[in-house]
Amino acid sequence: MSSVAQPVAKPLRRRRPDATLSLGVTTGYLSVIVLIPLAALVLRSLEGGVGAFWDAVTEPQAVAALKLTFAVSFGVVLINAVFGTVIAWVLVRDSFRGKSIVNALIDLPFALPTIVAGLTLLALYGPRSPIGVNVAYSTAALIVALLFVTLPFVVRTVQPVLLELDRDMEEAAQSLGATSIQTFRRVVFPNLFPAILSGTALGFARSLGEFGAVVLISGNQPFKTEVASVYIFGQIESDNVTGAAAVSVVLLVASLGVLLAIGGVRRWATRHDL
Amino acid sequence: MTSRYALRFAALGYLAALLVVPVGLVVYRAFQDGVAEFIAAITTPEALHALWLTILIALIAVPANTVFGIFCALAIVRRKFPGHGLVNSIVDLPLALSPVVVGLALILVYGRQGWWGGWLIDNGFQVIFALPGMVLATIFVSLPFVVREVVPVLREIGDEQEEASATLGASSWQTFWRVTLPAIRWGVAYGVVLTTARALGEFGAVSVVSGRIAGRTETMTLHVEERFQAFEVQDAYAASVVLALLAVATLLAMTLLRKDEA
Repeated sequence: MSSVAQPVAKPLRRRRPDATLSLGVTTGYLSVIVLIPLAALVLRSLEGGVGAFWDAVTEPQAVAALKLTFAVSFGVVLINAVFGTVIAWVLVRDSFRGKSIVNALIDLPFALPTIVAGLTLLALYGPRSPIGVNVAYSTAALIVALLFVTLPFVVRTVQPVLLELDRDMEEAAQSLGATSIQTFRRVVFPNLFPAILSGTALGFARSLGEFGAVVLISGNQPFKTEVASVYIFGQIESDNVTGAAAVSVVLLVASLGVLLAIGGVRRWATRHDL
Repeated sequence: MTSRYALRFAALGYLAALLVVPVGLVVYRAFQDGVAEFIAAITTPEALHALWLTILIALIAVPANTVFGIFCALAIVRRKFPGHGLVNSIVDLPLALSPVVVGLALILVYGRQGWWGGWLIDNGFQVIFALPGMVLATIFVSLPFVVREVVPVLREIGDEQEEASATLGASSWQTFWRVTLPAIRWGVAYGVVLTTARALGEFGAVSVVSGRIAGRTETMTLHVEERFQAFEVQDAYAASVVLALLAVATLLAMTLLRKDEA
């Protein structure tokens, strides 16, 4: 009897040894790979004091690069917010042959190395363009490259929400006499908005730091087409590590800010049951 | 009805102009001088070494991030600990951070002037401008994917089966191998595919830490850029096609895994 009862007598909620192990591995790995290098970056940018940091960030070439990066990224994610929503809509509500291939293609900008993306865009929209459109080494080229890399974000955040969306509401609106535009604006859009917002924010963060896709096609002219990541790269090459570190910290803070904002949007959406 | 076709036309036209036509054009140009030229371009010693190095780095970075990803997801979902939210945000950071910044941060720790770099070099271990630095950079940028895929699966399956297995006397390793891992395997597989794609394609971070020495520290993506800058555009196109094929294989694996899950 007692031998049968023994295993049951074990305490039900004993502290599992893997608790400490998984926590230890997680903290150790994150520290070595992510936290220590980023701490070194922040400390290095402040090595000469806050004044030196400020001087490095307000260097005219750095300011121009940062302004361009933020402005172009903002414009690009707005365009992709519109096209991303349209594409998600077509993928969920429309049906045509080859739709599953189109659906798989959406992830191409993610799967394709960024340098290859830059090269392919340069082939079509550069000096040897077979269709006669040459935008290479201009802001337009920068925009095309960033549109490419940020394409999947809004599509992939809106698509699942659209799939889950109850169509009864739309039918109700239409049977009450709403036009399809009114139905979209008043019924569908409010439901999609949190998803569009978080996809746009993710795309924005990605766009701020993009390097591979823009480095071949934008021409990297200081004050004209040089974005922040290319500026940092140039400063590393010319041994101005403090300048590179300072602008890097600006990008780091922006990325963290965007991530925290997305967390905020998600909490807000859950609270309002969207 | 017309608005439906207008939307379809807009969506497909946008995708064609941005994705399909540019990639198709590069594939066409890579082969326009014939298959022999293409083969010659991707079998130069530099190209072969770059391909090998890319695979080697992925072979180290992907398993490391897979093991870490599973541990980290378990810690995030199954444990309550102080700094829970912080770990969650730090895991996402590599997704939002510029790869150039990642490279610079690693130089500041492991470079000759860095925190430990001088000491390591004096002891005969070079990280920056060598393989270890490139591996570290790749691990950094591809770190979030397994975690992000496994966390929702773990949340969904709950811990009742794990509790049951523990109650019946299984050790925590037995529970992990027999109960938890089989339940999360598709999530892990999807995460591994994403991690591999990111590891094979990384450019910015590796570019900063590698020193780009042809035939030594040049990965496939760095080789594409080097060939392009050397005005050997045909070679760059050929190497790009190899990388694009890997990307298509990734998309295929993603699609198949999504079907298996459903």
